[in-house]
Amino acid sequence: MKKYLLQSIRLTVVLLVLLCGAYPLFLSFAGGFSKGKGGGEKIMVDGKVVGYALIGQSFTKPQYFWGRPSAVSYNAAGSGGSNKAASNPDYEKDVQNRLDTLLKYHPYLQKSEIPSDMVTASGSGLDPNISEQGAAIQIKRVAEFRKVNEKTVADLVAQNTEHPLFGLFGPSKVNVLKLNVALDNLKK
Amino acid sequence: MNTELFGIIATYLLTVVLAIPLGIYLSKVFAGEKVWTDFLKPLENGIYKLSGINVKEQMNWKQHMKALMTINLVWLVYGFFVLLQQDKLPLNPDGNPGMSPDLAFNTIISFVVNCNLQHYSGESGVSYLTQHFVLMFLQFVSAATGIAAAVVFFKAFRDKTTTSLGNFWEFFVKSITRLLLPLSVIMGLILAFNGTPTSYQGKDQFISLQGDTVHVSRGPAAGFIAIKHLGTNGGGWFGANSAHPLENPSYLTNMVEMIAQVIIPIAMVIAFGYFIRRKKLAWMIFGVMTIGMLLLLLPTLSSELGGNPAIAKMGVSQATGAMEGKEVRFGPTASAYWSTVTTIISTGSVNSMHDSGMPLTGLWQLLGMMINSFYGGCGVGMLNYFIYLIIAVFISGLMVGRTPEFLGHKVEAREVKIAALITLLSPFLILAGTAIAAYVFTNHGGAAWAVQPKTWLNNPGFHGFSEMLYEMTSSNANNGSGFEGLGDGNTFWNVSTGFVLLLGRFLPIIGPVAIAGLLGAKKFIPESAGTLKTDTLTFSLMTFAVILVLNALSYFPALALGPLAEYFTLFK
Repeated sequence: MKKYLLQSIRLTVVLLVLLCGAYPLFLSFAGGFSKGKGGGEKIMVDGKVVGYALIGQSFTKPQYFWGRPSAVSYNAAGSGGSNKAASNPDYEKDVQNRLDTLLKYHPYLQKSEIPSDMVTASGSGLDPNISEQGAAIQIKRVAEFRKVNEKTVADLVAQNTEHPLFGLFGPSKVNVLKLNVALDNLKK
Repeated sequence: MNTELFGIIATYLLTVVLAIPLGIYLSKVFAGEKVWTDFLKPLENGIYKLSGINVKEQMNWKQHMKALMTINLVWLVYGFFVLLQQDKLPLNPDGNPGMSPDLAFNTIISFVVNCNLQHYSGESGVSYLTQHFVLMFLQFVSAATGIAAAVVFFKAFRDKTTTSLGNFWEFFVKSITRLLLPLSVIMGLILAFNGTPTSYQGKDQFISLQGDTVHVSRGPAAGFIAIKHLGTNGGGWFGANSAHPLENPSYLTNMVEMIAQVIIPIAMVIAFGYFIRRKKLAWMIFGVMTIGMLLLLLPTLSSELGGNPAIAKMGVSQATGAMEGKEVRFGPTASAYWSTVTTIISTGSVNSMHDSGMPLTGLWQLLGMMINSFYGGCGVGMLNYFIYLIIAVFISGLMVGRTPEFLGHKVEAREVKIAALITLLSPFLILAGTAIAAYVFTNHGGAAWAVQPKTWLNNPGFHGFSEMLYEMTSSNANNGSGFEGLGDGNTFWNVSTGFVLLLGRFLPIIGPVAIAGLLGAKKFIPESAGTLKTDTLTFSLMTFAVILVLNALSYFPALALGPLAEYFTLFK
């Protein structure tokens, strides 16, 4: 028993060096050559960081495309979903409220045009994407507010739509932050 | 829609295509045969030398278990104190506080037992030091512990009669150097170049496009996320686990993470067959496990893709399925697939919030964890399945009126008793644990504790009961996923699940290894006309029936009270 104890302690120390020292340091070094240099890819406007490509942010102003509801209000110092059950009556009220708000700002919409991702909270609370349909329903509002042609905005949405992996796997989606940055660039 | 289905079909096929050669490779590694990774031998010899280990020393099953328990005890003590003191130690750029004793108790047990139940959030509850030197370290070594224990079990059936079952340290170290570490490096690089952070910088701050100040938690997460899946651990770097966009940035990484968590459990089944030179048996076991997986996966897909009827009633379109708690870049199909594999295998990482899934999805998730051997966790999946095999052999033996045999060794009273006790342990821990929690919740809801029991649940009614049942089931299965709405960061849950975790890990390792050790030491009986063959279709069906009957008998009442009752309320 004593022999095993001594061996266990020594083996633990050796493995700590290998697995917690060498391994992550190597990855950290290699990650320095990635797009975000290991710190996460940032989006810049006029030399200033306005966000992370992968982290969704809160958009509430009418000139922007809006993202999904978030249980953590897009505070990226934390993360998480609502954890509301499908059968929870309070949850139904939440969804109904979000639906009503959407309809208020988009009076031209039929309910059946609204995709569920626009009225449900994401798992991380930081979802950077919305569905293609989620973007499509907002085009008219954004175009009206910015006083630009609807076609121009629709083209921007199409340019910022990410298609399935290799055209085969997974859903299509729109990165809200990248789309909004592109919208702002339109003016200039 | 179709692209979402193609995505999971491709994921599964790729998993199997990679797992088969990996399994053959593993059987050679542990048999000491020549493999292309032998260039790592000097590294291993260095590790043995520095640790004072002589791998030529043969151990019997008891010595194996002593070594296993001793080193696990060392990790428990080491990790507990580091978690308590993390605020005073370096590599804490965000200035996170030390853990309370009950939280440290729960966390260290949870990571030592390969569960990774997390009653803290990664962003605010741990430092970079504890993420790496305690949690990630344990993700490697707890997976290696499971694999090494499974190899001991393999070894008992390779030779006709034997008590020398190899050297525990050798199996353990090789699991890391020949399997977990190389695969983690590859996967860590894939993640790093697809957006997961690797640098040690602390929290960042910026002004968002519409002018809000935003803080972003980061950290060297890529390596952690690689081993969290390969080792079927599941604990997340961030609170939202693999739903977090930095932890799982794209559909590609999502596929990689889904493949990574299933590949070693399948490879271990293949390795078993090649190692004991009974390939047909391995394919039969693989077949049973795969059918089991499909029987859980297909209804899960159907329940998630159907969407939430309450939302459908409002008139909103759910073209791809239920979206609450899910990410747009994965969609409901890949989230449903993930929720099945993460629960049948004891990973417990999530890419969607299980608490917000549809009622029947919860049912299949719970059942997957209760069975816990459709592939199952790293190494331990095979050990769990072995217990079902012994029970099936025993019952079949009774049916034909012969002394049951398994692979040429008589299965007698002692072995069957151990198997029966291990089989009973899971329902006991899950049901008694849930019963105590439900009792405290209903009868002592107002107890003057820091967190009052009546505030535990995030959802009312049957689903609230499911939250407690899920937590206990996940702990016993060493899974680690949760219905995260449960307020589990308090003394009651930290302590109660801590004990369930410990018992649910070590007894189901010691039990099967003991049976294998006892059987391996018995006289070998050559096959004859009267031998019960274990690699036939009939016997595989028998095993499947045993798994089904045992679990249905144990858990049906609890499942009826939780997800089934919720289903009938929602779909009335």
